[in-house]
Amino acid sequence: MPDPIIAATGLHKSFGSTEALRGVDLTVERGEVLAVMGPSGSGKSTLIHCLAGVLAPDEGTVVMDGIDLTALNADARARVRLTRIGFVFQFGQLLPDLTAVDNVALPLLMASTARRRANVQAHEWLDRLGLADQAAKVPGTMSGGQAQRVAIARALVTSPAVLFADEPTGSLDSVSAENVLTAMLDVVRDVGTTVMLITHDARTAAYADREVIVRDGRLSGAHAGVAL
Amino acid sequence: MDRSLALLGLVGAGPTHGYDLKHRYDSVFGTARVMAFGQIYSTLGRMIRDGHIETLGQEPGAGPDRKRYQITATGREHLQRWLREPDVPSPQMQTNLFAKTVLALMLDDDADALLDTQRTALLGRMRQLTTDKANAPLLERLAIDHALFHIEADLRWIDMTSARLTDMKNEVSFHA
Ligand SMILES: Nc1ncnc2c1ncn2[C@@H]1O[C@H](COP(=O)(O)OP(=O)(O)OP(=O)(O)O)[C@@H](O)[C@H]1O
Ligand SMILES: [Mg+2]
Repeated sequence: MPDPIIAATGLHKSFGSTEALRGVDLTVERGEVLAVMGPSGSGKSTLIHCLAGVLAPDEGTVVMDGIDLTALNADARARVRLTRIGFVFQFGQLLPDLTAVDNVALPLLMASTARRRANVQAHEWLDRLGLADQAAKVPGTMSGGQAQRVAIARALVTSPAVLFADEPTGSLDSVSAENVLTAMLDVVRDVGTTVMLITHDARTAAYADREVIVRDGRLSGAHAGVAL
Repeated sequence: MDRSLALLGLVGAGPTHGYDLKHRYDSVFGTARVMAFGQIYSTLGRMIRDGHIETLGQEPGAGPDRKRYQITATGREHLQRWLREPDVPSPQMQTNLFAKTVLALMLDDDADALLDTQRTALLGRMRQLTTDKANAPLLERLAIDHALFHIEADLRWIDMTSARLTDMKNEVSFHA
């Protein structure tokens, strides 16, 4: 039985005279790994920002895990993001002065988890991503692939319903990209997290269950909606 | 891949019976397509005729299975020449897809839709290969990666082409 975790209808978003989204309908099933592809500037990041409640669309609705994000104000959306949503970007998201384990524990502390409990969970997630031996390092002393795995651990530590990953392996070589990606997908498939993975790279997209292609602010025809 | 040279290489790795050779071949190169016994023996026959391999002391009994084969000096030279010669990239520039795209533009057909269909099919194939790769042994994973990178190249061409369809349309138009 279909059980959508994200249901977006009629999304429009403009920045000044730029129409970044021009009518997007998208349904994502719970536990699905969805690749979002499309040319640069087509609206991929804008789309996931609207789906994650970072941006409010000008028109349309986003229902995420039963919550109508478009009916909430910015503060309420921020609270939803803190606990229900994880983000991973291409690079530069870790705090440079914090160790790996402190970086991973941060979202838990922000959500008022007790320090000790946050540390235990942060260690668990580092372990799950094969980083048990990196816990005490600061980001500047890690490889790009290790840093991305720390970022993934940090995004997953709150057990979000959806993980949004915007080119998470975009700055890595083919071998590290594959290692980071398979580590991430092994964990999310294990836990059942839904993933929206933006990528330019077809080999990365091939790990997903399905792809949608964004072109000029719309989903390209044959790929929209739910896979049968 | 030149299957007979691949076989010669496998014989070169150590004397072998036809039966074992088939299993060597299938385990290393047979990911996509295994080689039938008939083809193994006919290839061995040709390699003997060309002096690239020879039979090694016949064991008792009859039939082709009893023979062991080993590479000759000529065979090894032939093999090494092949190994060291750089592979030329396929000169096959005008693929079917290229022809279809150009003709679709000339005929005012929907070239964009054609490229989309092709893109979906290639991505589907990549997804299948990626699933197969997950539990495959290393040699097979490398073979699958080779296929994946090549399909990716086709996809990049498709992306580039679909971004340039409007310009292309003007160029292929016969009625200027
Ligand atoms: N904050 C902003 N202010 C103004 N314009 C913006 C803003 N964010 C995005 N845009 C514009 O909206 C369009 C879509 O941008 P978006 O970042 O969603 O594209 P993208 O598909 O993620 O591209 P890329 O692959 O390069 O990351 C672009 O024309 C971009 O310039
Ligand atoms: Mg982007």
